[in-house]
Amino acid sequence: MSISAIDRTLRSRWGSTEYRRRFRILPRVLLYVLLAACSILMIVPFLWMVSTSLKPDYQIYEFPPSWIPREFNWNNYVSAWRRANFSRYTLNTLYYAGFSTLGQLILCSMAGYAFARLNFPGRNVLFIVVLATMMIPFHMLLIPLFVILRFWPLVGGNDLLGLGGTGLVDTLAGLTLPNMVGAFGMFLMRQFSKALPSELADAARIDGCNETNIFWRIMLPLMKPALVTLGIFTFQEAWNDFTWPLIVTLTERTRTLQLGLQTFRNEHYTEWGLLMAGTTITILPLLLIFIAGQRYFIQGIALSGLKG
Amino acid sequence: MKGTESGDNPRMRLPPRRRRKSMSPVARDQQRTGILFVVVPMSLFLVFAVAPMLFACYLGFTQFKITSPPTWVGLQNFEILLEDPLFMTALKNTAIYAAGVVPSSMVLSLLVALLLNQKIRGIVFFRTAFYLPVVTSTVASAVVWMLMFTPDVGILNRVLIALGLPPQRWLFDPQLALPSVMLMSVWQSLGYRMIIWLAALQGIPGHLYDAAEVDGAGAWRKFWAITLPLLKPTTFFILVTAVIGSLQVFGSVFVMTNGGPGYATTTIVHQIYRNAFSYLRMGYAAAQAFVLFLIIFALSMVNWTFFRSDVEYW
Repeated sequence: MSISAIDRTLRSRWGSTEYRRRFRILPRVLLYVLLAACSILMIVPFLWMVSTSLKPDYQIYEFPPSWIPREFNWNNYVSAWRRANFSRYTLNTLYYAGFSTLGQLILCSMAGYAFARLNFPGRNVLFIVVLATMMIPFHMLLIPLFVILRFWPLVGGNDLLGLGGTGLVDTLAGLTLPNMVGAFGMFLMRQFSKALPSELADAARIDGCNETNIFWRIMLPLMKPALVTLGIFTFQEAWNDFTWPLIVTLTERTRTLQLGLQTFRNEHYTEWGLLMAGTTITILPLLLIFIAGQRYFIQGIALSGLKG
Repeated sequence: MKGTESGDNPRMRLPPRRRRKSMSPVARDQQRTGILFVVVPMSLFLVFAVAPMLFACYLGFTQFKITSPPTWVGLQNFEILLEDPLFMTALKNTAIYAAGVVPSSMVLSLLVALLLNQKIRGIVFFRTAFYLPVVTSTVASAVVWMLMFTPDVGILNRVLIALGLPPQRWLFDPQLALPSVMLMSVWQSLGYRMIIWLAALQGIPGHLYDAAEVDGAGAWRKFWAITLPLLKPTTFFILVTAVIGSLQVFGSVFVMTNGGPGYATTTIVHQIYRNAFSYLRMGYAAAQAFVLFLIIFALSMVNWTFFRSDVEYW
């Protein structure tokens, strides 16, 4: 049957606007109800978090539990900010996430483009090395990375041989440097660069443009979607990172937000109100970025997810 | 012609003089720029990715407290590992975790993706609601769920009591602790998997369904005969990446239970962390990390061999 014949049959059966639906599994009302119920279930934990953060302490332990706080207690947020040094944590996290993202955007795009479009000796070998490391789980590198930072010469009290002090451990530089370039970023940028039109580059070459300018003026602007994807991905990963900061930071000075959440718990007692306020502060920035730029997150997942 | 310089005698024909192939200015510029572009990224990469990788392999065969240089002990760490009851428990817990989280999260996210693939209004709102947990960090999610799990203050127990069921100790109960952590993980990863399913579903050409509809296929039939088979590559991709991710679970366990109660929720990475940074047995921890790597490597090989048709690495 030809497509037009299928068209006509279905149009006669369902009416012209209805038939293009994929398959209908449920009547629409039921569908909306189900989706609404599931969505609410998904966000209930967050609603509860915000509600708890605003409740006065006595209300948290109340039975039966109530959703709306009796008085809106913004105190928790202020206390979290001051007492638990959240301002410091936020700055540290911004530093880590910000410079990681900047580093990855610049360095990975340059490297990716070079791997894809520029011929230089050792190019293939280097890229195979990059590919190979993509198979290594990050947790295998935790210990060696810590050791490398610890024995970094001439920093943090270390002498020329890297002995004596603590090196780059417990410093923001030590936290950020290893995250400023990554195999995934270089791989993504290379794939994207390969798809760029080479005729533009050729035309520019004929006009006497050198390779660096070709990259900065012509190719990089074309790489924007990949850059946005990589940027969001890196920022999100760094902001939410727990394990790596856990290992590298030792003191208040360099702690990040994720680690700061532990401040409100000790052996016997958890201050739930403060903890929930702290958690809300911690997730708010990414939440806002996500709501504003949903499209890019989704695009990013499709790009990285489906391309393996 | 150069070859015929010494008369036209074929036996005396000289081979054509080789001209030194000098590079064109463009090629030279490319080479220079290429090297310039990769110098900084690759230096960082070599120091912070390649060197640790090699070092990690070496460390597994040593005994290393950070205060003194590593001493070679050969396969000793691996022998201890195989007899270590804690490591075995960790392996078991991690396997249970993966076996529970991966299938349920995949199925649930597929169901939601199917629902969202219909023509409905407000898809942005629903998609946001489902993806929100993913944007939240593991630690934040863990903390929020801890609040819900708390025996006295948490709403889960309140709901149980309201339904007339006995309240549970959740994270403090050796039987329920791991399932509780698993529940949180499913909640958190649902949105991410759902997006991948959605993208795959939207890649299925609509005229296939139209043709089936003309032939009288109902919704169920369409699902089995068209949707599922065309989702196979995505299914396997999600499956392998999800399993590899699950094997490395750490953050949620560390925050929610720190391996307890007892050792009911300790996982492989949790053991690695404990051994390296609490007990300072870095060589031993490196050996455990190596075992983890071998398991993941085996799975990656499976993925690469069978399901790489969609990806061109080179």
